[in-house]
Amino acid sequence: MMGFISYLVNGISLGSVYALIALGYTMVYGIAKMLNFAHGDVIMIGSYVVFSTVSTMGLPPAAGILISVAVCTVLGVVIERIAYRPLRQASKLVVLITAIGVSYFLQNVALLIYGANTKSFTSVVTIPPLSLAGGALIISGETIVTILACIVIMIVLTLFIRHSKPGRAMLAVSEDGGAAQLMGVNVDGTIALTFAIGSALAAVAGVLLCSSYPSLTPYTGAMPGIKAFVAAVFGGIGSIPGAFIGGILLGIIEILGKAYISSQLADAIVFAVLIVVLLVKPTGILGRQIQEKV
Amino acid sequence: MAMLEVKDLEVYYGVIKAIKGISFEVNEGEVIALIGANGAGKTTILHTITGLISAKAGSIQFDGKNITKTPGYKIVGMGMAHVPEGRRVFAELSVYDNLLMGAYTRKDKKEIQDSLEMVYTRFPRLKERKGQMAGTLSGGEQQMLAMGRALMSHPKIILMDEPSMGLSPIYVNEIFDIIKEINASGTTVLLVEQNAKKALSIANRAYVLETGNIVLDGDATELMNDDSVKKAYLGE
Ligand SMILES: Nc1ncnc2c1ncn2[C@@H]1O[C@H](COP(=O)(O)OP(=O)(O)OP(=O)(O)O)[C@@H](O)[C@H]1O
Ligand SMILES: [Mg+2]
Repeated sequence: MMGFISYLVNGISLGSVYALIALGYTMVYGIAKMLNFAHGDVIMIGSYVVFSTVSTMGLPPAAGILISVAVCTVLGVVIERIAYRPLRQASKLVVLITAIGVSYFLQNVALLIYGANTKSFTSVVTIPPLSLAGGALIISGETIVTILACIVIMIVLTLFIRHSKPGRAMLAVSEDGGAAQLMGVNVDGTIALTFAIGSALAAVAGVLLCSSYPSLTPYTGAMPGIKAFVAAVFGGIGSIPGAFIGGILLGIIEILGKAYISSQLADAIVFAVLIVVLLVKPTGILGRQIQEKV
Repeated sequence: MAMLEVKDLEVYYGVIKAIKGISFEVNEGEVIALIGANGAGKTTILHTITGLISAKAGSIQFDGKNITKTPGYKIVGMGMAHVPEGRRVFAELSVYDNLLMGAYTRKDKKEIQDSLEMVYTRFPRLKERKGQMAGTLSGGEQQMLAMGRALMSHPKIILMDEPSMGLSPIYVNEIFDIIKEINASGTTVLLVEQNAKKALSIANRAYVLETGNIVLDGDATELMNDDSVKKAYLGE
């Protein structure tokens, strides 16, 4: 029983990371109507920044995280400006291929700077593990921090989007960019803001992920990126609560699958569940039909 | 000088020339009707004026400034609001949030509040439904919301694209009464309509558009008695 609860908590923790990454996918999809496949690699870059600043240069973890968030925010905006904005009128396929190109570019930049060897990432979490049920259930500090960070970020993000002016502009652009522009919204600026927020969250996700799973390579972001994308589709792409629910469920399914079925098959199970969900409800759990405007 | 002056405007969709060099003007305080059949280019003209699409040639002057190349999002702040074809309210925002979006470029909280009160007085139904998602409003209510949203920017001129489209006759009359009121309170109106009879009945002057060209213009009452207009647009 305690084993199950422990797996469940770990699943929620991993799912929290997926949720944070999925937010970036889903917000960008909702507003720019594109899949930013380079999003996972932003996580990896963010983790390397923390590795360099904290493990190599010896800065305090908080400073390293702040620098990482700043670097990723700028990186996200720059990627959008250089790679995606010129393609605003291009076909979806062209944008998708460009995004894959950006992804390889980022991986190779990391390869060039840090080499292919695995770096061991030092956890930035310093709080001690929590011992429950007389020591039968131990929850690591990383797990606690990850879950709390995800909850706080979800609340702040939801409040920002629902109740701030730039947040409302984001909702308006995601529904009808032309109409939003008629209201005076700078659509390009709003898309840039979305990339900035998504990339900042990716930096946070990267730090949390590497604190729990401490090996860092130029490909560290790829798999979590794909899984978070699955989580976003799972929850209903374009929906913020959907990304949250999709991420958490995916994390739980993955960890429970690993524990009780097969650690080799865990990823296959994740994708199988996605296929079943999409067969039953093609728009995902919370998704709505996206109307293509003519 | 005219408030809005369009000169030799040409607009293309790819290689197709949709607007073929038209000129017209709107003076302060007027209601100007732009009428024409489906596909004549009415919507294209309004979209070009407010920067949703760009002109290939010609110029657009508003309030003494050349806005032909002004980025679209800056137009509303200059005093020009656009009620687009098909209303295009933000379906998943509340009525209230839609109205706030209308005031997006304004800063003064007090003035925004005053405009909100003014819109609620003009459209009591919007006030009753202020917390409701805009997508759940009826077509007529959505049209009112689109107009209210435009008024929230406190415009000098409003461009309206087929505000009566798809509405029952009672709503059509109500909408046209409201357009008259909006104009009477000092806002200039450029009205695109297929309901030519109604449009001419409230307009000062009108332009008749056929496949990208203005073929006729003049006093609205004169046009109403023009034989070709009667035959083509008034179904007489
Ligand atoms: N996005 C587009 N791409 C290509 N052609 C277009 C596009 N939008 C409009 N057109 C064409 O431009 C011409 C003018 O269209 P427009 O929508 O301006 O007409 P309209 O007078 O508003 O018609 P309606 O009364 O049906 O609204 C039409 O021939 C139309 O097919
Ligand atoms: Mg039209």
